[in-house]
Amino acid sequence: MSFPWARQYEPTNGLMKFFDEKLPLPRLMYNAIGAGYPVPRNLSYLWNFGVLAGFCLVLQIITGVVLAMHYAPNALVAFGTTEHIMRDVNWGWLMRYGHANGASFFFVVVYLHIFRGFFYSSYKAPREMIWLLGVVIFLLMMATAFMGYVLPWGQMSYWGAKVITGLFGAIPIVGEPIQVWLLGGFAPDNAALNRFFSLHFLLPFVIAGVVILHIWALHIPGSSNPTGVEIKTEADTIPFHPYYTAKDGFGLGVFLILLTIMVFFLPNYLGHPDNYIEANPLSTPAHIVPEWYFWPFYAILRAFTVDFFFIPAKLMGVLAMFAAILVWFFLPWLDKSPVRSGHYRPLFRVFFWILMADLAVLFYLGGAAAEEPFVMFSQLATAYYFLHFLVILPVVSLIEKPKPLPYSITEAVLGADTQAALGTDSPAAK
Amino acid sequence: MVDTTGTATPEAIAQNGEDGVRRRDFINIAAVSFAGVGAATVVLPLVSQMSPSADVLAESSVEVDVGSIEPGQTIKAIFRKQPLFVRRLTPEEMAEADAVDVGGLRDPQTLAERTKEGHADLLITMGVCTHLGCVPLGAADGENRGEFGGYFCPCHGSHYDTAARIRKGPAPTNLEVPDYAFTSDTVVTVG
Repeated sequence: MSFPWARQYEPTNGLMKFFDEKLPLPRLMYNAIGAGYPVPRNLSYLWNFGVLAGFCLVLQIITGVVLAMHYAPNALVAFGTTEHIMRDVNWGWLMRYGHANGASFFFVVVYLHIFRGFFYSSYKAPREMIWLLGVVIFLLMMATAFMGYVLPWGQMSYWGAKVITGLFGAIPIVGEPIQVWLLGGFAPDNAALNRFFSLHFLLPFVIAGVVILHIWALHIPGSSNPTGVEIKTEADTIPFHPYYTAKDGFGLGVFLILLTIMVFFLPNYLGHPDNYIEANPLSTPAHIVPEWYFWPFYAILRAFTVDFFFIPAKLMGVLAMFAAILVWFFLPWLDKSPVRSGHYRPLFRVFFWILMADLAVLFYLGGAAAEEPFVMFSQLATAYYFLHFLVILPVVSLIEKPKPLPYSITEAVLGADTQAALGTDSPAAK
Repeated sequence: MVDTTGTATPEAIAQNGEDGVRRRDFINIAAVSFAGVGAATVVLPLVSQMSPSADVLAESSVEVDVGSIEPGQTIKAIFRKQPLFVRRLTPEEMAEADAVDVGGLRDPQTLAERTKEGHADLLITMGVCTHLGCVPLGAADGENRGEFGGYFCPCHGSHYDTAARIRKGPAPTNLEVPDYAFTSDTVVTVG
């Protein structure tokens, strides 16, 4: 970390000295997540979700590697080996339920992490690169989750794969060859299942790599904080360890309580019963929906029902769905306000909560059937979604009069009590 | 080392002659070019291995016996691992399909264009909705055939008429008619 007052790593014994000379890994950890990383003293629990997301990634990799020891990615036996894991493998049910619900919880914490970024404008300079890498991680997560859901080879797996690869068929001219190329056939089959398994195993490690870049980029300016005021002095910071390791540890405990409640008592609550029926290419389930974490984007996909100028409705839906996430890449430049934190932006704050409500509506509509009045509501909610990012956010950032910012993080925490903030010796206190 | 990749500087000219180019540059450029060609060549098999393999393609044509299908009946066959609807239309259904004003359709086609000459009552289409690939209902007895008496896709509500043309809902085109030919009066080879 670049702050001059950051504590320096001192190897305490011969072994650590040996390591520090040959491969300074302990030093790296000390500076990354130890006492060598000074962090704003005022972080709220909303700053827990990065660590929780990291924990989820590790949990998914461990349970996933175990599942791969018992699963076979072949269309003839995939469904059977999934049931084999559930019924015969020792603790297999725990691994699979942990993995399936772990994926949902991964998305919960990542969504909260992203929304925290929205409210506190964490994407603003000098943290643009952290934000961009974060959006890349989210896209990789979506791809990984989609391919993982295909692996049990149930009805929802099969038809999910068919519908999602069908999206590529919307691209003019090259769409259908791309779809056949992605699937290695004309419909999802062994070739598709096998390659999805291969990529589902690979992508989490790609995500881990981008996470390292995300944290690296974070350590250059240091963490943001709820006031959005940059660190000025050592008094504004405390070392990551033990202060935030303890705070994150508490958050992790709460998180694990919630996760275990789901795994042990509601393991299939977020799943679909249809996925316990083996894939049948000749029969579509009556109600195809993706997993809950895709619902807002699925609602945007389905919102387009009429052709738009020369663009067919189907292609419009696909473009809008991808654009809904790609627009996040441009956030650092769409929001021109010099003030970061929503706490000091009265107008921005209102629209933030309207956006949250809009996303909640899209979430509900994505899980609902594709009939009126739901389709009309998805059209309105989709329109507002893009209006928020492309019009409201830039305009608000130009016309808004922000509230006065505190002089420093310390002042925000301790109040303008100059004696407390600056010490009894300071001239201001006398 | 003298920079020999940019424009000729006075020093380079002094050292290497009028054009500032050394003979070694040829080796550099040739080596890097060949490495590039090699890398690009390796991409081809890496991309191509994803396309359907020989055994998948080998299964890509199928023979269907259509002799025993009664008027009003539809059978489901499998073509390229996807459902194929083979439907013997009743005279009423054909009349209904022919009565439609073709110009007003989203994907204008007449029934005659969607069937083979001399077999205008035999409608062979993919059982794959052109929207997002679900299997439409209407092939089996008692299933919902939609508002136009053909097929109905329950996923996103596309209605197809008796010539399997899109009439209402999000699907962009009619149900696809695959390539097929009559190999005898009662046998069709699809694909």
